[in-house]
Amino acid sequence: MEQAMNDTILLAHGSGGKLSHALVETKFLPLLANPLLDKLDDSAIFEANGRLSFTTDSYVVDPIFFPGGDIGKLAVCGTVNDLSMSGAKPLYLSLSVIIEEGLLIADLERIVQSIKAAADEAQVDIITGDTKVVNQGQADKLFINTSGIGIIPAGIDISGANAKAGDRVILSGTIGDHGIAIMSQREGLRFETLLESDCAPLNKLVAQMVEACPNTHCLRDPTRGGLATTLNEFAQQSNVGIVVEEDKIPVKEGVRAACELLGLDPIHVANEGKLVAIVEPDDANEVLAQMKQNCYGRDAAIIGEVTDDYPGRVIMKTRLGPSRIIDMLSGELLPRIC
Amino acid sequence: MKFIDEYQNSELAKKLAQRITGHSVRSIRLMEFCGGHTHAIMRYGIRQLLPETIEMKSGPGCPVCVTAIGDLDKAIALSHSPGVIITTFGDMMRVPGSYSSLQQARAEGANIRIVYSTMDALEIAKASPEKSVIFIGIGFETTAPTIAASIVKAEKERIGNFYVLSFLKLTPPVMKALLGLGEIKLDGIIGPGHVCVITGSHPYEFIPEKYGVAYVISGFEPLDILLSVDKLVQQIETGSPKVEIAYRRGVKPEGNRKALELMQQVFEIDGADWRGIGIVPQSGLKINKQYQHLDANNAFSGLLRSARNDKPAKEPKGCRCGDVVRGAATPLECKLFGKACTPEKPVGPCMVSSEGACSAYYQYGLP
Repeated sequence: MEQAMNDTILLAHGSGGKLSHALVETKFLPLLANPLLDKLDDSAIFEANGRLSFTTDSYVVDPIFFPGGDIGKLAVCGTVNDLSMSGAKPLYLSLSVIIEEGLLIADLERIVQSIKAAADEAQVDIITGDTKVVNQGQADKLFINTSGIGIIPAGIDISGANAKAGDRVILSGTIGDHGIAIMSQREGLRFETLLESDCAPLNKLVAQMVEACPNTHCLRDPTRGGLATTLNEFAQQSNVGIVVEEDKIPVKEGVRAACELLGLDPIHVANEGKLVAIVEPDDANEVLAQMKQNCYGRDAAIIGEVTDDYPGRVIMKTRLGPSRIIDMLSGELLPRIC
Repeated sequence: MKFIDEYQNSELAKKLAQRITGHSVRSIRLMEFCGGHTHAIMRYGIRQLLPETIEMKSGPGCPVCVTAIGDLDKAIALSHSPGVIITTFGDMMRVPGSYSSLQQARAEGANIRIVYSTMDALEIAKASPEKSVIFIGIGFETTAPTIAASIVKAEKERIGNFYVLSFLKLTPPVMKALLGLGEIKLDGIIGPGHVCVITGSHPYEFIPEKYGVAYVISGFEPLDILLSVDKLVQQIETGSPKVEIAYRRGVKPEGNRKALELMQQVFEIDGADWRGIGIVPQSGLKINKQYQHLDANNAFSGLLRSARNDKPAKEPKGCRCGDVVRGAATPLECKLFGKACTPEKPVGPCMVSSEGACSAYYQYGLP
């Protein structure tokens, strides 16, 4: 049994029997230990007071290891960030893994380690979990689902429907880093880049922001679909127009170069450690100053404002001066051929 | 990558736009041949910088858009054949054929893989020797040399299960066909920069000589395009149309000799079916006798013939992609545009392709 553990995951690891217990006890519990998890009951029991925020997400990223992170870090940060975007302080996560038979145990160990590192950084506990093993071909190496619970401080009311004309739009940093870092690793599209995914937990950044400005109107992390999709969601939910300036949107040189090469627009490329905030004009500078003090908001910038014109649409003033529509991403991002 | 910034400098762009406005007197009509140019023009809002005297039309330079629907049907028919893996550029997946699409075929169980280069298709063939791997060869002179290289490599390495279904097309003959048609009167053409990297500028000399139409080869950054418009306006205003290269960092008059030789080694020139235009003589590249065993048209001829007889090609009702690629209609003149036809539910190829005019108008259109 011990020898098998040093090698690859077997179907028997998901049998519910001895190997299953050994897997959980040797690979997950030692790293993720906390009083609520250690009880190992069928469900975790805890007390919470106040307005709760609850979210879930599944992670199926390919490849599972990428520059700047892996599927484990992503699974923690993604759910922490979803909670944070409602203004909540994340408390607890669940962790459910579906493993394809044949995964290297060493890879699983690396991933659990980065789950621990990300949870430590975000100061959240994983208090319940599950592991399943499926036949080869029924999953791709490893899928993870995490759900999370957080508490929303009193006086906070954040929603995509709260944007009002005159509000300012703030972006927390450079866009497209995650998507380009992943694409650079894809089979058939491999290119060399020093870019890393921006995958990061944003809960502390958000805590600083809402403390400085409890009246923050909208918050969202522009993940799949990129900045363009998030801005369009705000415009539609709030029935307002949003005008942004291309020049003000921070984009790393490497991302711009890769996008030029692949025929993509950085505003459609995914991020995993960025947020967009919409705040009243009088609050904008203070929020921006707070953001710049956090390592995940260092490159934050005011990129545009909300208007009564063009309800439901997002307009970009291009680098050359004229304006154009920014639409949501439709279909897959595919490089051009000609 | 600093050069991108230099070619997108807003001060220089404004100066160029002012210069164009300053010497553009006559009302003129220009065509950007290439879909890449259409997208850059829309993405940067270049039309808003140009004076009202200049009308811009989009041309047929989008490989997906000009692939005849019957040719697409062929690819779909092949995909359903047992033991076949179809490899294709991604844009082709979502284009509706007469009855189905490659995407639909894949959902129904066909083995279809998106590749980013022909060499990837060759790798798939090597890795699956028990399957027949067919590459759908679309594109112009830009993609033809790499497809030729893959054919030569397959032959050299004796990869017996790799085939190419060539729908490759040549740009000078279709320009000749469009100008000869005279359906829309053009004063100047923005020449496709990437194509001319391969072909050079010489094959386009007939355009000013025979048709009196100005021709400037352009790069794809906003300043490249403005510079090309400026040169076109100068030529037209002074009544001296000629072939000019405004993309010197990419294009030499003689082109890329090595790429041209490779194309000559593998292909012979044949008529080709263009969507919206029909059969244009001498405008297609067919795999020649020496390599005919790698030609999917030969290897699967029986299957292709019976598929065509069972289900003849038919264009989608109301779709004006054919008019759009000729510059005879703008996307906005199509009744389906933005209503029945969107990027999520495309009816015609111009809404699917990342180089299609409808897709550019939809994505970047004015508020």
